[in-house]
Amino acid sequence: MRLRKVADRGVSAVFLVNAVLSAVVLLGILAFLLFYGVRTFSGTPLLKFLTGTVWNPDAYGEPSYGLLPLLLGSFASTAIALIIAIPLGIASAVFISERLKGWVRVTVKTLVELFAGFPSVVIGFFGLVVLAPLIARIFNVPSGLNLLNAGLLLGLMSLPTIISVADDALRVVPHSYREAAYALGATPWTTATRIVLPAARSGILAAVMLGFGRAVGETMAVLMVAGNAALMPKSLFDPVRTITSTIAIELGESAFGDTHFYSLFALGFVLFLLALATNLVAESLIKREKRSFTL
Amino acid sequence: MKKLLSIATLAAMVTTLVAGEVMVKGSDTMLNLTQRLAEAFSAASPDITVSVAGGGSGVGINAVVNNEVEIGNASRSIKSKEISNARANGVNPVEYAIAVDGLCVIAGPNNPVKRLTMAQLGDIYRGKIKNWSEVGGPNKPITLYGRQPNSGTFVFFREMAVKAEYAQSMRQMNGNSQIVEGVKADAGGIGYVGVGYVKDGGITVIELSSDGTSYSSPLDKSAVDNGTYPLARPLFQYTNGKVKGDAKAFIEFELSPAGQKIVEEEGFFPLNKSLVEKNQGNL
Repeated sequence: MRLRKVADRGVSAVFLVNAVLSAVVLLGILAFLLFYGVRTFSGTPLLKFLTGTVWNPDAYGEPSYGLLPLLLGSFASTAIALIIAIPLGIASAVFISERLKGWVRVTVKTLVELFAGFPSVVIGFFGLVVLAPLIARIFNVPSGLNLLNAGLLLGLMSLPTIISVADDALRVVPHSYREAAYALGATPWTTATRIVLPAARSGILAAVMLGFGRAVGETMAVLMVAGNAALMPKSLFDPVRTITSTIAIELGESAFGDTHFYSLFALGFVLFLLALATNLVAESLIKREKRSFTL
Repeated sequence: MKKLLSIATLAAMVTTLVAGEVMVKGSDTMLNLTQRLAEAFSAASPDITVSVAGGGSGVGINAVVNNEVEIGNASRSIKSKEISNARANGVNPVEYAIAVDGLCVIAGPNNPVKRLTMAQLGDIYRGKIKNWSEVGGPNKPITLYGRQPNSGTFVFFREMAVKAEYAQSMRQMNGNSQIVEGVKADAGGIGYVGVGYVKDGGITVIELSSDGTSYSSPLDKSAVDNGTYPLARPLFQYTNGKVKGDAKAFIEFELSPAGQKIVEEEGFFPLNKSLVEKNQGNL
């Protein structure tokens, strides 16, 4: 009995240490980003950073550090990705969880999860060599290296995450719900859309949020197909530059101690704020959901 | 955080101190060439391994400035700001030219425009000329392909041809081969790549002229050699101080007849006399 208590304490101490450690690491990274990021603003005013429409730190003349084209690039490509991946992902998850049985289900699920771990550089290569010429031909535009291509690839990449997490959420809906629906004469379609999906809503929201995170944080694939011109995008066929690719492209060559160097940390901080904001929104949505959803 | 950093620096120090390993980093234009040279060199002297990484000329020079590698590849010469950064770190950059490149301006395979003046080229990349019809081609909008700012080629081309900011609409590609892929697939495309990247064909290499009367091609060895071709440039390697030890053996191999033969096989041009003499002074 006493031994068990000691073991119990020991295990909770281990977990506590782990929790504290991950919090410390996260705060450390945050402090690091802030510490370097704020120094940007001794070289360029904050307002200019937030409202500037030109990002050109390595300029022929005066360098400029405008966040807007990069922010828009990240937002636009992620939005396209989610427009594609959310409906497709949830529909696939419903199909896998509600209609597939036995080994077929296991195989499909494994394949989807395998695809989630696919190296992004390979997907980027696919976008560059296959998708880009296809887009150029179908839409009769000069180049397929544009916002649409980036969005499609990001959609493709966040799809497995959304499917897998949404499927898990659907699976944990108690079987009695479905049986009750069938007993009332509901069709499988009605059961899935009216009973199972609403019951799994918070899990599905989490799936969407993870998909969003995957899309907004992806670097390599986007870097290869987005065209990377730091333009304010006006159409689907304009090239875009995302925040992540800007950091990846420019960090190696920016000299330590330069405004350029610090501005990349400021970009990192912006990414962090983006992730934080989406998490907060998701959390509050889930909370509201829990209050309003009664069955 | 601090601990992690010190472990990382320790690891970096250990790797640089290990005998028999030379680290080279930088220019993507020079990546394939330097890799071939490193393979041939290691075959001849098996106790020295040369590891080559890309990342762009800016990255290569920065790595020398921060004393992270023995040799930094750069397809442009070092900027004065980079020299002062190096001095502040106690690093004294020394330059060796290892090959000559005729930077090629390329267009899609069926583009009838075969020649451009440097003024036209500049206007195209400044975004002033937007349609091929303005330079004697078909009525087709021009799509600009270029490199990213970490690239020496990006900087060199801007200095030599654009002489202003690049048009914002230029697609910034991640390496020479991506520009070739992009231009191959785009009938209205124009791009610039090292001469080592056009040997597979499938694209139009445009002849250039500074004065508008005599045009020359980057594939013409003598035009690149005597500087008639306007975008000829040496490809450099930078070291901290005069090169010594294993890195010296590698650079000497690159400059040897065997090394220069590989340079030609990779589609670039061997060093001319004045560059050879300049290297001699630093060896």
